[in-house]
Amino acid sequence: MKKSQDLAREPLSGLRVAVTGGTSGLGLALVREFLNRGAQVAFVARRREGVERVVREHKGAHGVVGDVSKKEDIHPIAIQLMGALGGLDVLINNASDLGPTPLALLADTECEDLERALATNLLGPFRLTKALLGALASSAREGREAVVLNVSSDAAVNPYSRWGAYSASKAALHHLSRIWNAELADRGIHFLTLDPGDMDTPLHAAAVPDANPSELKSPETAAREFVKAIATTLSDRSPKAEHAVKEALYESS
Amino acid sequence: MKAASLPVQRPAQAKLLVVDHHGNIRHWARSKFAELLRPGDLIVANDAATLPASLSGQHLPSGRPIEVRLAGRRALALDAVREFSAVVFGAGDFRTRTEDRPLPPPLAAGDRLALGPLRAIVTELLNHPRLVRLEFDGSPEKIWEGLARHGHPIQYSYVAKPLALWDVWTPIAGMPVAFEPPSAGFALDWDILESMSGRGLEFATITHAASVSSTGDPELDALLPFDEPYRISELTALAISKARARGGRIIAIGTTVVRALEDAAEFDGSVRVGEGLATHRIGTNGRLHVVNAILSGTHEPGTSHYDLLRAFIDDTTLRRVDHELDARGYRTHEFGDSVYIERKANANTQEHAHRM
Repeated sequence: MKKSQDLAREPLSGLRVAVTGGTSGLGLALVREFLNRGAQVAFVARRREGVERVVREHKGAHGVVGDVSKKEDIHPIAIQLMGALGGLDVLINNASDLGPTPLALLADTECEDLERALATNLLGPFRLTKALLGALASSAREGREAVVLNVSSDAAVNPYSRWGAYSASKAALHHLSRIWNAELADRGIHFLTLDPGDMDTPLHAAAVPDANPSELKSPETAAREFVKAIATTLSDRSPKAEHAVKEALYESS
Repeated sequence: MKAASLPVQRPAQAKLLVVDHHGNIRHWARSKFAELLRPGDLIVANDAATLPASLSGQHLPSGRPIEVRLAGRRALALDAVREFSAVVFGAGDFRTRTEDRPLPPPLAAGDRLALGPLRAIVTELLNHPRLVRLEFDGSPEKIWEGLARHGHPIQYSYVAKPLALWDVWTPIAGMPVAFEPPSAGFALDWDILESMSGRGLEFATITHAASVSSTGDPELDALLPFDEPYRISELTALAISKARARGGRIIAIGTTVVRALEDAAEFDGSVRVGEGLATHRIGTNGRLHVVNAILSGTHEPGTSHYDLLRAFIDDTTLRRVDHELDARGYRTHEFGDSVYIERKANANTQEHAHRM
């Protein structure tokens, strides 16, 4: 019963969503899924041609050119996201760097490859979340609870040989998310750290070139699962917040 | 006072001069600011993030270099980024004191400006040869991108290091609409916000497009503060009414909050919901209807920020404050020490009514 009501209300309609790494793979699938669900979507990617292509092909999507692994790009990205959306309810840190390609044993991993993976997969999400935290908190104070979804991996938990740089960065991101959540969930900012599974994406192709795509999950399926998880997080919380707001407004009248 | 020259938002040793509502002065650690407040008080801060509002470029008719400092807009709407008021400087940058900066070439309506990737036209001179209204070319998206990628935070010569937005966004910064940081908010970190809830204090925000604090030109400075748009949400207005009803005080974090709340004040001390344009200069003439106390930076006499403090305390007390700030080595400007000033008792009829 509750489900059908939620569906009827379309809890994601009007939601202001930002996705990093939005021009391919899971990120692009998330952009599409959120647009289909009536959300306002802005995405970030490094290459202008890719950003312009996705904007052309997706009416209503706002594109931002920027590199989340660079500290000096963070505020220009944040400003443009806010300029496009006017506020923020959902941030998805999806942009990821695989580390060395082809994958390498840790002993053969260049320091620079590990640094790049950490800059993209850990420092980038930390910095962008920090820069946008005021916006997320502002939504939460107004009764619109906020979600930050950090895209994780089973490699964050399992020690797969040759996945060292990627795994270590995703393990750190996974734990970072849990600590953010412990510190901020009570203030209405919820952090999810989710593993999409092995998907048919450019990143997976770079990691496992001989994988059979038909045995991999489609990014569209993963995107639907993630969007559902976000909707559930918001609908678990929002009625409470909305109720509190309504009660407060009622009391004052 | 000496200038705080390092861009550190919360130095561990930051000082706080406290003036209570009897005019008594004492000295406090700014990190312990929340200890001065009482359960039931409402803290209101400005959650505007700061635009990189300094744009270097060229005045195309003369070919001469200029720096444009965006200083105002009429509304906060997302697409209201085409038109700004701006102060124009000649060659050079923040490393030269604004007072010593060369004048820009003579400006006239119709002049084209090239500001990095942005192109703009001067549409009007605003009662001063260096204060203009300008209009950017292109879509709002392109303008946001140009500002984000080309602009720098407005900066003054007392901080030698070029500022990044990391230095000037307050911990609660949300929508990027301020032209200079609402720097009283530097004092707040998430740890303080967390400790507030434990003390029975409430926290709310407004969004106020803080304008420039100084231009280096006495005639222009006399026009400060420029008009500033602000937005007050329904919940913030409600929090204010409820705090007053329970006898709690309204504590403004910074001059911009005072300006917005007093501009939106109704006769009964509640505030209007929605967007407004603050046009008044608050000072001795203006009675405060909403705000009971202010946390602010230390300001030098003659500035509009300083004048605003005169709405809280009489001139004799303010002179004692100046003396103490000098004698105790307080540091001034946005990265400096702070003052916390309660509105003087006899100006505070509302509060008395609740106590009786």
